[in-house]
Amino acid sequence: MPRVSFTPHLGRHVDCPDETLPGTTVRQVLTAYFERHPRVRAYVLDEQGALRHHVVVFVGGVQARDRNQLSDPVAEDSDVYIMQALSGG
Amino acid sequence: MSSAGSDRLLVSTRKGLFSVVKNGPSGAWQIDRVSFLGDSISMAYHDPRDGRLYGAQYLGHFGVKLQRSADFGEHWEEIAAPAFPAPPEGVVETFADGRPWPWRVEQIWALEAAADGGLWCGTIGGGLFRSAGGGESWTLARGLWDHPGRKQWFGGGAELPGIHSICVDPLDARRLSVAVSCGGVWHSADDGATWELGAEGMFAEFMPPERRNDQGIQDAHRVVRAAANPDRLWCQHHNGVFRSDDGGRRWQVIANVSPSVFGFAVAVDPTDGDTAWLVPAVKDQTRVPVDGRVVVSRTRDAGRTWQVLAEGLPQVQAYDITLRHALDVDGSGRRLAFGSTTGSLWVSEDAGDRWTCLSTHLPPIYAVRFAAPSA
Repeated sequence: MPRVSFTPHLGRHVDCPDETLPGTTVRQVLTAYFERHPRVRAYVLDEQGALRHHVVVFVGGVQARDRNQLSDPVAEDSDVYIMQALSGG
Repeated sequence: MSSAGSDRLLVSTRKGLFSVVKNGPSGAWQIDRVSFLGDSISMAYHDPRDGRLYGAQYLGHFGVKLQRSADFGEHWEEIAAPAFPAPPEGVVETFADGRPWPWRVEQIWALEAAADGGLWCGTIGGGLFRSAGGGESWTLARGLWDHPGRKQWFGGGAELPGIHSICVDPLDARRLSVAVSCGGVWHSADDGATWELGAEGMFAEFMPPERRNDQGIQDAHRVVRAAANPDRLWCQHHNGVFRSDDGGRRWQVIANVSPSVFGFAVAVDPTDGDTAWLVPAVKDQTRVPVDGRVVVSRTRDAGRTWQVLAEGLPQVQAYDITLRHALDVDGSGRRLAFGSTTGSLWVSEDAGDRWTCLSTHLPPIYAVRFAAPSA
């Protein structure tokens, strides 16, 4: 099953341990993650379910492209990594 | 607002929430706690009804969060942050210029007490939200959001418009006014169920001539209500200073403010609605203090005359700018505080005659508020 992990920066604000979860798209895998860790959802997605502006998702080291529907495919052995885009200040 | 003085300041900054307390009647002000060091705090509010403290985080990457503390910041718990519902199926809302208007809370910009123990929250994004109490959950105030006039709003300095001022009538908490950058001033007499626009007399010099007096696009930077005379409101507007004596429907321009009529912040004496303070700056592209001198301007006669107060404030090569929420007066009307984007913080114990600098090294300051007095 796909493995989900997060930038350590997010762990400063909310508990977000690594998990192995079912799913064949970014949406499915993240939905499964948020079922286990509901507080993490609002840190990754906005209230309309889109990826937050400054959050990026990598699937197998490749940046996912569909920021609204999160339809990028996830393979059985993919690593899904959620990190923040870089910003200043 | 209570008429008692407050010995505690809440300073919201780009890098944390600072609690600053006065140690005894003649003691010095000192920072006694820093919460959320490193995180941007857009607003804090201390609810005098139950003593709870709220801190609004704006985590650049991870969105808006709301924290609550029952012990003045020793312990915090994350509570629900206001959020928009899903828009109606198939509806893509746009601004008047065709750009998309997402239903998204970008920042918490105002927190105030509502009727019946509730809370109001104004946001950048344009939504006004109400909590029945304690911030356990939030509901979009549909009466304002669905008002056709809301569609005319646009951002002032931010991409999205924002509700920055929520002025609840202390005599009747079901009466309130909110002010929007850029969207005028709106009034409700039924606890936020229905709204009407009222910004007559304001003018927007930056708009084309035919829209200059359009009430629904006015860039009110900050509006405050006089607790002792709730029909008296003061507004620091993008194009000047205005006063209303009829609960915010009609506004009279106050043109003689020295050294300038531009600025962001305004405070009104809770015990005397004729007394108000401003922190003027050079309009509008430069936004620095006039002649590099930080001053506070005060009227005691409803705006007929103004005194420029400078004692204790830097008067040479000073470029501190005070944002709209970064000036406050306590319940006594004697103690004031203001902070700047360059991290300076000043307090006055005598209604602004003399100022004491508490720091010049804080992070950029977004909001300065007195906590409610200790019971």
